[in-house]
Amino acid sequence: MPDVAIAGFAKAPNVRETEGTTNGVEMLVPIFAEVFAQTGLSKKDIGFWCSGSSDYLAGRAFSFIAAVDAIGAFPPIHESHVEMDAAWALYEAWLKIKMGEVETALVYGFGKSSAGQLRRVLALQLDPYVVTPLWPDSVSIAGIQARSGLEAGLWSEKDLAEVAARGTGKDVAELLDTPYYADPLRRHDIAPITDGAAVIVLSTVERAREIVERPAVITGIEHRVDSPVLGARDLTRSPSTEAAGKALDLDGVDLAELHAPFTHQELILRTALGLGDGVKINPSGGALAANPMFSAGLARIGEAAVRIHSGESRKAVAHATSGPALQQNLVTVLEAR
Amino acid sequence: MSAERERVSLKDVTETPLAAPLNVGFDYTRSTGPVLGRFVTALRERRIEGIRGSDGRVHVPPVEYDPVTAEQLDEFVPVSEEGTVVSWSWCPEPLDGQPLSRPFAWALVKLDGSDTAMLHAVDAGSPENIHSGQRVRVRWAEEVVGHIRDIAYFLPVGAEDTTPTEPAPPVADREEGAPISVVITPVHLKYMHSASPEESTYLRGLAEGKMIGQRCPACGKVYIPPRGACPTDGVPTTEEVELPDTGIVTTFCIVNVPFLGQRLKPPYVAAYILLDGADIAFLHLVLGCAAEDVKMGMRVRAAWKPRDQWWTSLENISHFEPTGEPDAAYETFAHHL
Amino acid sequence: MTKQLTAVLGTGQTHHRAKRQDVSMPGLLREAIDRAMTDAQVEWADIDAVVLGKAPDLFEGVMMPELFLADSLGATGKPLLRVHTAGSVGGSTALVAASLIQSGVHRRVLTVAYEKQSESNAMWGLSILPPFQMPVGAGAGGYFAPHVRSYIRRSGAPEHIGAIVAAKDRRNGALNPYAHLQQPDITVESVRASQMLWDPIRYDETCPSSDGACAMVLGDEAAGDAVEGGAAWIHATAMRTEPTTFAGRDQVNPRAGREAAAALWAEAGITDPMSEVDVAEIYVPFSWFEPMWLENLGFAPEGEGWKVTEKGETAIGGRLPCNPSGGVLSSNPIGASGMLRFSEAAKQVMGRAGDYQVDGARRALGHAYGGGSQYFSMWLVGSEKPS
Repeated sequence: MPDVAIAGFAKAPNVRETEGTTNGVEMLVPIFAEVFAQTGLSKKDIGFWCSGSSDYLAGRAFSFIAAVDAIGAFPPIHESHVEMDAAWALYEAWLKIKMGEVETALVYGFGKSSAGQLRRVLALQLDPYVVTPLWPDSVSIAGIQARSGLEAGLWSEKDLAEVAARGTGKDVAELLDTPYYADPLRRHDIAPITDGAAVIVLSTVERAREIVERPAVITGIEHRVDSPVLGARDLTRSPSTEAAGKALDLDGVDLAELHAPFTHQELILRTALGLGDGVKINPSGGALAANPMFSAGLARIGEAAVRIHSGESRKAVAHATSGPALQQNLVTVLEAR
Repeated sequence: MSAERERVSLKDVTETPLAAPLNVGFDYTRSTGPVLGRFVTALRERRIEGIRGSDGRVHVPPVEYDPVTAEQLDEFVPVSEEGTVVSWSWCPEPLDGQPLSRPFAWALVKLDGSDTAMLHAVDAGSPENIHSGQRVRVRWAEEVVGHIRDIAYFLPVGAEDTTPTEPAPPVADREEGAPISVVITPVHLKYMHSASPEESTYLRGLAEGKMIGQRCPACGKVYIPPRGACPTDGVPTTEEVELPDTGIVTTFCIVNVPFLGQRLKPPYVAAYILLDGADIAFLHLVLGCAAEDVKMGMRVRAAWKPRDQWWTSLENISHFEPTGEPDAAYETFAHHL
Repeated sequence: MTKQLTAVLGTGQTHHRAKRQDVSMPGLLREAIDRAMTDAQVEWADIDAVVLGKAPDLFEGVMMPELFLADSLGATGKPLLRVHTAGSVGGSTALVAASLIQSGVHRRVLTVAYEKQSESNAMWGLSILPPFQMPVGAGAGGYFAPHVRSYIRRSGAPEHIGAIVAAKDRRNGALNPYAHLQQPDITVESVRASQMLWDPIRYDETCPSSDGACAMVLGDEAAGDAVEGGAAWIHATAMRTEPTTFAGRDQVNPRAGREAAAALWAEAGITDPMSEVDVAEIYVPFSWFEPMWLENLGFAPEGEGWKVTEKGETAIGGRLPCNPSGGVLSSNPIGASGMLRFSEAAKQVMGRAGDYQVDGARRALGHAYGGGSQYFSMWLVGSEKPS
């Protein structure tokens, strides 16, 4: 089974509101051009295309179909789609290369969260019979999870502010001085609404070496899901992240890109993956800097990959999450080989 | 590469793209199956039932399939309408459809007799009046129908509440005395839909009675409506081409069936119209002759609505009607089928 | 090619009906899953991963339903994926599930596809118009009917061909205890007498709207070898996409379908599909798609698919039985229909197709399409391992 590497990554500007459409074409066309220029490939070199997006961000059924216009899909292409963060589309593409069906793949994710009311829309991810009809919003659920950890002594409000402050130059004491937005969460604890898109080019390691000097080889990729019943699981841990991490070799990881839209969730993930103080966390700023739904997880993988390409990291872990309160998690290890 | 990005950016557009609200909603009719059916039937009687899982835990709300073994569960256990707050967060700006319209706490509440907590609202009045470990009780809706919202919200034990509760959700018909097996859950979402810059130009043209297509710089084809990206080349169509409002019917069907959302009385013709000078047809109506007289290749012209009814939409053309000219030869449009 | 050998170990499906009001969504899925796991003789502990497929979330009003379904799917603690490629999704879901084994990552995978579209209304779900659009309001049938007209014009097919397909598929459905529509007495004449809905498509030539689910358990070579009576071995898979509309697109005989089929036959080592394939479960939601797909798939030269139908070759007992299960014309839970085609093909080569078993079926095609005829997914399965 051939090994797979990441050979290219590009992302659309992360903005509060794009003037483009919900089908993502305006965000995708420039970054396809960018990643092709970066890698020297063109659309005819791509063996498999796979995307991640959600109809519920667009308010339209089949909204991902129009995004295919950004590809120029004629002659016909080998293509698929997951209604999940594009990190899982990357997983599907990884399988295609591993099984020898194709040599290269292009994975993309996009979403215009600003078109709707994201925190309300996400209530539709819950049990449709007895939970969604109450319309619990995503921030409130995260707040319940954060408080569980605060009251168990697993983290403090200061710990959360330190996560928010890192890399931003902000002062922890000043952050703590701001009022609660949704007690116990302050505004700095919550990822911003972001419109965006991202694209990654995958290939066999051999092919990747023709494209980039130091390909980011995917030496492991695992994902698991937890029970949806929020009241039946310990929200202060992420068993699915732990299980995915245990199936991987995380020894010697020097950098981690973690998809944590809330500050306390970064702490849960660091514990789940056993990441010590020596590991550089979210040099890109992570989801707290920008959280374009359905490409944010893919972007974590891309951000880790480019730091392998540049030599900043030799072994990195990247993570993506889906669902309320870290219900489903994907973890991948990238190495310079 | 930055030059290429600018060429495809929105900077060339002199007006902002058009946007309009898109409201998507349905009152979903959900059959509950036996387990949740029993739960909501009990709610209508102001009783709460949980279900025992494989590990002995009592789940409230009941779950149909065990989270550990995936087996079907059937041992129901009555539980109290009083319980304890496990964790909570404050909701300062309630969203549409949430249990209360004044600020309230979301909480995980473990009812006495249950081993799991249920997610619901606590009408605490202020964040100072709620804490983990607090005792709360159900505030039943004034009108109970067999729905999770029969539990209107929770109140601190001992707190009085005479505030009227929200009206009940819609209810499905059922036979007198039969258990409740269907819940209706309205899902109504609001979006702001944007047209692409290219589509906006075309729509603004329509508002002035003009048909504006655009030519793809790569393949040279004239698209109407224009696209954010030419579907075969993945680049925006740019060169404006004003087209006449005459053309031919390539193919069509005669709609004979009345259905949801339809405005015209059947039978009527839904046809693909290829305007003179365009390289792609679009769907519209053909009226002004008997439906059976419409032919593939028939020459048509637009019948516009009165000018004072025009706006940025193809609806400005009420329908297309025959011009009486000879039909186009099949060979001239066969490649558009 | 380093693809690992992969087999279908067992299949299951629900009784498809207009409204399955006796079950919840988890209950609907489990009806199919429990049957598939029994058919495959596996337990939950044997399943390494779960792949769920369904069509747009809006039909049921649940966003990313794999999340709330995790416990009912037995997926908690395991890898779980959700595929969505419009109407072809049931097929592409099966292909993603197969790739988990073909890549050597897992040994046994559960895959399931469903739709409980009676919770809303499929016509509504398919007709939501964004602002600024012209409401021509013709629904799915109205979308495809003009292209059927184009086929009839191009090929010179006589007008009764659609009725032959409809009568055949509905009679086949009456042999299938799970099929939604059970019409053992339908005839070509009665179809031709039924109301014209979107001329040239008649009422009896149109698929129903169904609630239903389909599940399969896929396994590696060792698991396939252990199947009593023989597994269905995957000989080839293919999927292709093209844009829904573009200047000069062939809407009747889409190139994406032709190229997917060509890739499939090449991988399977098949040079004469009509002779070498014993039965085909193809996605025919409106009767005329049978002759159109016969041509698109390479079973007949362009323009001659209707002659194959007219001669009776696609009936059970004919040269290439098509949709002996009753097909999409008999049951159409949109998200599941593609997987039903793939699983019915597997059942044929496993000899498990009951009253609609095609004698001696050794190689069978499963086919699905979606969107505006732009997504195609297909597989070829066989009773023997591929050589």
